[in-house]
Amino acid sequence: MNSLALLGRYYAASMRAQLQYPGSAIMLGIGAFATTIIDMLAVWALFDRFGQVQGWRLGDIAVFYGVISISFALADFVSRGFDVFGSEFVKTGAFDRVLLRPRSPTLQLIGYEFRLSRFGRMAQAVLVLSLGAWAVGLDWTPDKIALLAWTVAGGAALFVGLMILQASLAFWTTESLEVFNVLTYGGVQAGQFPLSLYAGWFRNLLIFIVPIGAVAYYPVLALLDQPDPLGAPDWWLPAAPAMGFLFLAASFLAWRAGVARYTSTGS
Amino acid sequence: MPQILVEDLAKTYRVAERDPGLMGAVKGLVHRRHRTVEALRDVSFSLEAGELLGFIGPNGAGKSTTIKILSGILKPDAGVVQVNGRVPFTDRIAHVSKIGVVFGQRTQLWWDLPVSEGFDLLADIYRVEPARYRANRDELVALLRLERVLDQPVRQLSLGQRMRAEIAAALLHEPDILFLDEPTIGLDAPSKLAVRDVVRRLNRERGVTVLLTTHDMHDIEALAERVIVIGHGQVLADSPFETLRANVLAERRLVVDFAHEAPDLNMPGVEVRSRRGQTLELAFDPARTPTPTLIAALAAAHEVVDIHVGEPAIEEVIARFYDLHGASEG
Repeated sequence: MNSLALLGRYYAASMRAQLQYPGSAIMLGIGAFATTIIDMLAVWALFDRFGQVQGWRLGDIAVFYGVISISFALADFVSRGFDVFGSEFVKTGAFDRVLLRPRSPTLQLIGYEFRLSRFGRMAQAVLVLSLGAWAVGLDWTPDKIALLAWTVAGGAALFVGLMILQASLAFWTTESLEVFNVLTYGGVQAGQFPLSLYAGWFRNLLIFIVPIGAVAYYPVLALLDQPDPLGAPDWWLPAAPAMGFLFLAASFLAWRAGVARYTSTGS
Repeated sequence: MPQILVEDLAKTYRVAERDPGLMGAVKGLVHRRHRTVEALRDVSFSLEAGELLGFIGPNGAGKSTTIKILSGILKPDAGVVQVNGRVPFTDRIAHVSKIGVVFGQRTQLWWDLPVSEGFDLLADIYRVEPARYRANRDELVALLRLERVLDQPVRQLSLGQRMRAEIAAALLHEPDILFLDEPTIGLDAPSKLAVRDVVRRLNRERGVTVLLTTHDMHDIEALAERVIVIGHGQVLADSPFETLRANVLAERRLVVDFAHEAPDLNMPGVEVRSRRGQTLELAFDPARTPTPTLIAALAAAHEVVDIHVGEPAIEEVIARFYDLHGASEG
């Protein structure tokens, strides 16, 4: 059985396990949907009061918000194993079992769990994006759809990369580093608004260190047919999501170093 | 060429030490102290296909480290390891497709899934042909009497049922070698017997090579023809179990009930192990003091009601052996 088919089998098994408690799965899904909706209501209240912020309308913000949230929800589906890696695999020694199976550790961790409740977050993100696009009159031409897909893919790659980096550090710390959530959840929060709103140092952090801006801000400007108020060249806007894939590739290097360390220290 | 070949294996861990408490944790972040632990030094042995080897030693002796190296999870610092002609840690995927591993305290099945679904998933992970898988599964289910638990989620199984399911899970892909790390730990007596029975049959009937670690000497007595005793990261003994028993303890035990209060005995070569009212337990070496001589001497000097000759328990044999080699835990 090839890796992709096996991943499908892993996810089917994970979903069946969750459906042993169908009530719980549904409630978690509704919960994820509701909490993120409240997020958006706060933004709506802000714009209802001020009309616009630095020229950005509520519809624009909804598009920024929707794109990054879809990216994160996608990443969240496949990276649960990396998210809980320190506490569930390194500390308990369960990573031994992963190494005892004739498959790549990465594949087994991606297949660790597929959380049905994450459909709630995804539904909310798609809803917000659709409403925002409708409010600003975004015309979904084929090239816009392709740009959206490319942006979301780059964003998901970035978030998966962050989770893998977090997991890799667990080889040294043996605990899941909760502090990393500042980068993942914080990144989602920061990416929900246009970068031009932030102070310079924070903006640079989000462009050069954890390239959230590259998978949210720049390509969404291109989606909205807006030039960058900060002056980035037009060609860069749709190309920026590539940074997400570069980040993912870099985090794989850290991962491989971590696995090598594990097999030489056994802890 | 033996199926498992281990030569001059060495492995050292660096263990981070920290002071207890919050301050210790903070200090540990800034400045780490390390202690070097020599888990294995100079371990050599080999195993032919179809052997059943028991691996014993006190905690921290190096048993788990050896199993981890043999199963490809861990790289040794020095030495040669070959299993089925492969080096486990460099050829991990090919190697692990051919071995089965059961850790007594960890599950390889999915907690929330029924046993049968876990088996299905393992067959896909190990790329077992569907027809072969069905045949193997049915055979193992019958052998391990798993019919009644197949549809139950793993979390609902008793420890004994789970251990039988674990052993079946480790064999679905027809490995030639089975590593069992404390397979009977925590099991009740009937489950222990069932596990031993299955391991023996797998070894005798299917020719699976078995390497077993345990603290339960009855496992060793019931199963292993050959025993390796490991302590301080070294092989202390590698011999048939009976030879080990005979070499380590030629000692006999004599339990004597007297008609009156047990007397103070002062006989050369005879040690009083315990005294309870009218009963004495004596230890002696039959090569120095023949059993009939001792009994005759006792009966002549005192009024003896009953006499029982025995051997020390296996646990004691091993504890004595560890002491002899300075390998006791601690």
